[in-house]
Amino acid sequence: MSAPAPSMFSPGAHAAAERLGLTMGRANLEAFADTLLELARSDRRIMAVTSDSRGSGKLGPFGQALPEQIVEVGIAEQNLVGIAAGLAAVGKKPFATSPACFLAARALEQVKNDICYSDVPAVLVGISAGVSYGALGSTHHSLHDFAALRAIHNITIVAPADNAETRAAVRAAAVATKPVYLRFGKAAMFDLPAGEATPFIFGRARRLREGRDAAILATGETVIHALLAAEHLAEQGLACRVESLHTIKPLDTDAVLAAGRDCGAVLTVEEHSVHGGLGEACGAVLLQAGVHVPFAIAGFPDVDTVTGSQSDIFQHYGITMEGLADRIHALLPQRHP
Amino acid sequence: MTDRDLARKSIEYRRDTVRAIMHAGAGHTGGSLSCVDILNVLYNRVLRITPQNWAAPVRDRYVQSKGHSVEALYVVLADKGFFPKASLDTLCRYRSPFIGHPTRKVPGIEMNTGGLGHGLPICVGMALAANRDGHDVRVVTLLGDGELAEGSNWEAAMAAAHHRLGNLTAIVDHNSLQISGPTRHVCSNEPLDAKFAAFGWEVRRVDGHDLAALERVLTQSGPTGVPVCVIADTVKGRGVSFMENVLKWHHGVPSADEFARAEAEFERQLAAWEAGA
Repeated sequence: MSAPAPSMFSPGAHAAAERLGLTMGRANLEAFADTLLELARSDRRIMAVTSDSRGSGKLGPFGQALPEQIVEVGIAEQNLVGIAAGLAAVGKKPFATSPACFLAARALEQVKNDICYSDVPAVLVGISAGVSYGALGSTHHSLHDFAALRAIHNITIVAPADNAETRAAVRAAAVATKPVYLRFGKAAMFDLPAGEATPFIFGRARRLREGRDAAILATGETVIHALLAAEHLAEQGLACRVESLHTIKPLDTDAVLAAGRDCGAVLTVEEHSVHGGLGEACGAVLLQAGVHVPFAIAGFPDVDTVTGSQSDIFQHYGITMEGLADRIHALLPQRHP
Repeated sequence: MTDRDLARKSIEYRRDTVRAIMHAGAGHTGGSLSCVDILNVLYNRVLRITPQNWAAPVRDRYVQSKGHSVEALYVVLADKGFFPKASLDTLCRYRSPFIGHPTRKVPGIEMNTGGLGHGLPICVGMALAANRDGHDVRVVTLLGDGELAEGSNWEAAMAAAHHRLGNLTAIVDHNSLQISGPTRHVCSNEPLDAKFAAFGWEVRRVDGHDLAALERVLTQSGPTGVPVCVIADTVKGRGVSFMENVLKWHHGVPSADEFARAEAEFERQLAAWEAGA
């Protein structure tokens, strides 16, 4: 037995989650695998394609239930993506599933040429993304995937925040007619407030909390930390808007501009390098629209990334309730009670 | 089409390929000329791919992995009626879909290629889809011998045998020359037949300019579930004497004088064909 992974959340963060009535869900990865199996039972076009990643992609049950709809290619990510392109080109709906670190680097030329340039409706599923494999080092971190893929034309880039967003993203990807990249980690996620009023649509931010003192625009599995930071800041008298920008591209520019125009500061949050990800995308939108607002990017600095558990690394770089609250304070004018 | 008519096609295809490259002022002359006979046999004798069945979801597939030899493919597709031959006058012009590598903007082109080592994995996916659905579909790709240095080919070769893709054929346009020199000197992939055989493929070696032999190896049945590699020994620049096996014609464009000499050679070849030689 390995020691349990340290919690991503401090006692204070747990208390904030409790105040918000949040309950712990499963890993988004598991929500992905269950949803894909459910969809594939009635849509024979759907195929899971794995590069010795059946286990890490939680696709064992899929393979058991639908052996004709899973393809194993071995540890060969270039081949994984090329084969997925071929499947998609002749009418299949492949979900090529591999650790994000390999999918968006080793197979990048196949993603660019075979999927995006050839314009086939394949889905690329980057699992164990960000620093999910924290202790395994930079070979297994994917802090570059948003940046690499954002610069490639014709791909929708999606990082769901919780199980519900994951299920919705997988459903949307299954009927998409264009290439899609889905990205998630393997840690259990809190279920965020149900967004009945803000349905999950690619390219449309989901507002999880209202407020105008500051806006926190977060993506993927950092959204929970943004929401808890907003709750924490509320106790200090600050009302913060929180948006889940699950779609990195196409970016919901309306939501970004509204944040910049309505709120006293904008903080972006992502489990990605500060170079080329959500933050720089939002900054470019704001500046080019002439919206000048105190602005900061919370992400991973351009350094030799520390190793440890995902939780250790998040804490090291301040991707926590407390760390993000501090970043908001730093953006706002000092108040003298 | 008779065998004799098929032979004439090769001469015309070569002539039209050189004309298109001359008109565009760009193109991969040598590698296009080396694969003309292969394309001729594929499109006129082997593949069930026509403008009429192009939109059908279930049909044969051809992906040209050595995408830079697209000029020869354009000429063949025009002849098959996918688009008017005059379209090739726009080759490499501003905003023309007829660019220097295959793209799906051109009718008859299956996938966008150009980066090497991409066609075989794509074809593995296409062949797998047909196999899983029980469709009688052939999937064929054309590889350059220099291209085989790309490791992705060997990932795909392994997967094709593992997944028992007897409906997949990889043809190697084995002209033995790449941009820097003879493939054997740049980074040898020999013995190529033994390599493919070791990867679990049935290997068939053929003179890549012998139309009847090409047709034979591309239509003969083989063991069930075994992908087929056809190593077609070809001559880069085939059909124009001063281009044959000369490195500069990898992407050389003829001068006016050279073009006239090439045209004269094609005229002589056609006259010889008329004479029944």
